[in-house]
Amino acid sequence: MFSQKSDPFPGPAPIPEDRVQKFKRKEKLKKPHHKQYKLRDIIARSEDASEMAQKQAARFDLLLPEEAGFLEGDEDEDTFTISQEDIADAVDITSGAKYFNLKLSQFGPYRVDYSKTGRHLLLGGRRGHVACIDWVSKQLMCEINVMESVNDVKWLHSETMYAVAQKKWLYLYDSNGIELHCIRKFNDVLRMQFLPYHFLLATASATSFLQYLDVSVGKEVAAICTKTGRLDVMCQNPYNAIIHLGHANGTVTLWSPNQKEALVKMLCHQGGVRSVAVDKTGTYMVTSGMDKKLKVYDIRAFKPLKSYFLPAGASCLSLSQRGLLSAATGDVVQIYKDVWSTPVTKPYMAHRVRGTVWGLHFCPFEDVLGVGYGEGFTSMLVPGAGEPNFDGLDANPYRSAKQRQEWEVKALLEKIQPDLISLDPTALAQVDQATLAQRHQDRVEALGFDPLAKEKFVPKFKKKGRSSAGAVERRKKQVAHEEQRDIIRKGVEDKMKMEKERREREQNVATFSSQKSALDRFKK
Amino acid sequence: RYQMKVKVLSRNPDDYVRETKLDIQRVPRNYDPSLHPFEVSREYTRALNATKLERVFAKPFVASLDGHRDGVNCMAKHTESLSTLLSGSCDGEVKVWNLSKHECVRTLQAHEGFVRGMVVRFCGTSFFTVGDDKTIKQWKMESPGYGEEEEPLNTILGKTVYTGLDHHQNDPVFATCGQQVDIWDEQRSSPIRSFTWGVDSFSSVRFNPVETELLASCASDRSIVLYDMRESTPLKKVIMSMRSNTLCWNPMEAYYFTCANEDYNLYTYDMRYLTSPIIVHMDHVSAVLDVDYAPTGKEFVSASFDKTLRIFAKDSGHSRSVYHTKRMQHVICIKWSADNKYILSGSDEMNIRLWKANAAEKLGVLAPREREAASYSQKLKEKFQHHPQIRRIARHRHLPKNIYHQTKELRIMKEARRRKERNLRKHSKPGSVPMVSEKEKHVVTVVK
Repeated sequence: MFSQKSDPFPGPAPIPEDRVQKFKRKEKLKKPHHKQYKLRDIIARSEDASEMAQKQAARFDLLLPEEAGFLEGDEDEDTFTISQEDIADAVDITSGAKYFNLKLSQFGPYRVDYSKTGRHLLLGGRRGHVACIDWVSKQLMCEINVMESVNDVKWLHSETMYAVAQKKWLYLYDSNGIELHCIRKFNDVLRMQFLPYHFLLATASATSFLQYLDVSVGKEVAAICTKTGRLDVMCQNPYNAIIHLGHANGTVTLWSPNQKEALVKMLCHQGGVRSVAVDKTGTYMVTSGMDKKLKVYDIRAFKPLKSYFLPAGASCLSLSQRGLLSAATGDVVQIYKDVWSTPVTKPYMAHRVRGTVWGLHFCPFEDVLGVGYGEGFTSMLVPGAGEPNFDGLDANPYRSAKQRQEWEVKALLEKIQPDLISLDPTALAQVDQATLAQRHQDRVEALGFDPLAKEKFVPKFKKKGRSSAGAVERRKKQVAHEEQRDIIRKGVEDKMKMEKERREREQNVATFSSQKSALDRFKK
Repeated sequence: RYQMKVKVLSRNPDDYVRETKLDIQRVPRNYDPSLHPFEVSREYTRALNATKLERVFAKPFVASLDGHRDGVNCMAKHTESLSTLLSGSCDGEVKVWNLSKHECVRTLQAHEGFVRGMVVRFCGTSFFTVGDDKTIKQWKMESPGYGEEEEPLNTILGKTVYTGLDHHQNDPVFATCGQQVDIWDEQRSSPIRSFTWGVDSFSSVRFNPVETELLASCASDRSIVLYDMRESTPLKKVIMSMRSNTLCWNPMEAYYFTCANEDYNLYTYDMRYLTSPIIVHMDHVSAVLDVDYAPTGKEFVSASFDKTLRIFAKDSGHSRSVYHTKRMQHVICIKWSADNKYILSGSDEMNIRLWKANAAEKLGVLAPREREAASYSQKLKEKFQHHPQIRRIARHRHLPKNIYHQTKELRIMKEARRRKERNLRKHSKPGSVPMVSEKEKHVVTVVK
């Protein structure tokens, strides 16, 4: 027996709009001409499929297990006055254990790197001390002294190998501390960045060379002479694998291994650039300079967004996965929330360490910031820094050795060739209009006629006297009128667009021109 | 002291690590696009790998059925059993094969001279053969018992040589062609209807599998004639520039048929608009002898005198695959198996070869993950098929040297003809030399 009640919420469950927007990749295409029925069908089907995939992914979002951390004080209390010890006492034991200090005063200021999964920590002291630790279980994996000064340390694709930029050359070590390679082609390396999906180690040297090393094959992919002086400010854009270098004349340059010149040169600061950081979506770049300013730029449109004044300029910057910015001013580490949308007046958190800060790195997937300074290393608790839900197939902190091996094989199979690194990573998905036009031209020449040209309209011969001369002429005129209207409409649209552009250009010129005369008030 | 609200991300390892060694690993997923950068480039790399692997695993030859003592002239698919195939050879022998064991199950001497046509009845219990000795014979499908002789169920003696045979889909009616097209009832020994149209010989006749009352036949005056069994005269015919050897109806679309022509092409016609073919399929370098559609109706395979067989998609002008072997000589007859997986080719050197329809496909039962991986690779290859590097690898086929050179030569000849026509048009009064499309070039006229 069926109950007479009807479903009070008919249809599928509604999905919040912002969640659906998160998974949107591209706008819908303009529908092709109705005569191209096959193309229309293909496009309609693929758009249906991608809409379905978007909705499914948005629905799955509900099932994510973890939620991000947060820190809220009372109404009159500022969160940056809360000390790390208080936070460590207030949270559970495992989280409290994530706050620890390593007193290593002997071997100089420390540079820090976390592996991609966030499980393993690499410390490199200036006087030669290199140690890699599983910091969650506090297990020491290896500890060596390379007997030379160490400029930078970086994990390679997994926790089995790391690179150390020593005084003269670049060395690759195993996680047991065994020296694997000494690469003499890479000399005087000051900074390194690892591009994980391309298996490329990008190094910036004191002799102004930017070199790329493919660590899966072991070949040098590109060596670019940047001719801009000593390169000691470097960061990567995780969205499109472009390297950002900061220079002493205040410019930030963007490099890819395919071009010998910089892709973009931006003048960011009035003094030298001290540090650069780019967020994971590749939208915002934060730079700090010798002019004690902290600036935020929109990297996609190359526009400055915000500019802040820090009384003591920030020497190191790091952006977390959820958009928290950590800036090191002297021996104080300040953390700011949401630097690019709302104007920030005070920091979110602050912490003082013993000695100048030399390296800052947020731990991926954890609410932890690693600070390397003159007297050692501190791991700070920063609630809300880490991405709560990781993807097991990409970077899984809880993976076993077998899972790591499988992941490594798959990652090597889908290693992206360095030719594909460009400012727009979706360039492959777009139609190459230039080649299309060229090919069409070649085809027209080869065939002698244009196969895509519209055929002249020949009205169908109708029976029973409906095809008299007057009727045929009338039908032809109708089609001719329609085509004429299309041409006129297109012409008018183009003209309007050009007018608008011209007006905008004039307006820009007018606003930027500094000549102000008294007669300006009479100008319309 | 402080009244603060704080939460630090802390995960319980029990939720992320498996409980025992016997469980599978836990893999939590997050589909956020910012966690998966470089989607397009990674997919492109995967598509490139998939295309390369497809070429690596493209080994279409499965088995060769040996046993005939003269060239294989015609084949017939069993309507009920997927593993049975019948073949007739040029010395009058008919062999029944078991395809799963690659063995000949039964041999019988059907005719003196060539076996010209064979077809299995729709019920699957008997089959018909026609031969050069002017007879039509019907045989039982079961092998004769111990001590029994091979005897046909029924023999019909005719006055002229019959060159082709086809059976109706549902009714006990079959059609033969020779000097005219005859429709026979199984119980009668003379045709119930004969169609003639001033042609002296027909090479093949086929019933439409969807519109079961329609037939088509290929005639020696370079035409294709359409008939309706219920009428007394043929419907219409289209005359082309060269003769067609055979034709095959599309099993899924009632009005399309493809004919295999002597001028190295195949033409797909819409039965309703015979003035120009829908598509011209060009890729062979010698006369096309036989054609058969896949049961899905989306592809067909053609056998040619140039010792290759090619698989075409139904709406594309060029082939997607070409199969050839040093040992395979002129391919006379071809069949696409009813489970859409295999292609059977009978050739001049007395062998029938079994090929995979999808050369890189893994046969047998696939595990669910294998199937998913295969369909993901397939979708990736389709998505990126137009990119030049991927297209170059996907299109690459090894061809025997003589076919490769012959293809180049034909292209040069075609280019020369086209250039001369272009020059003629350029130097004549505009409009006096009309543009004739490639499709219309091959049709001479349609006669009602």
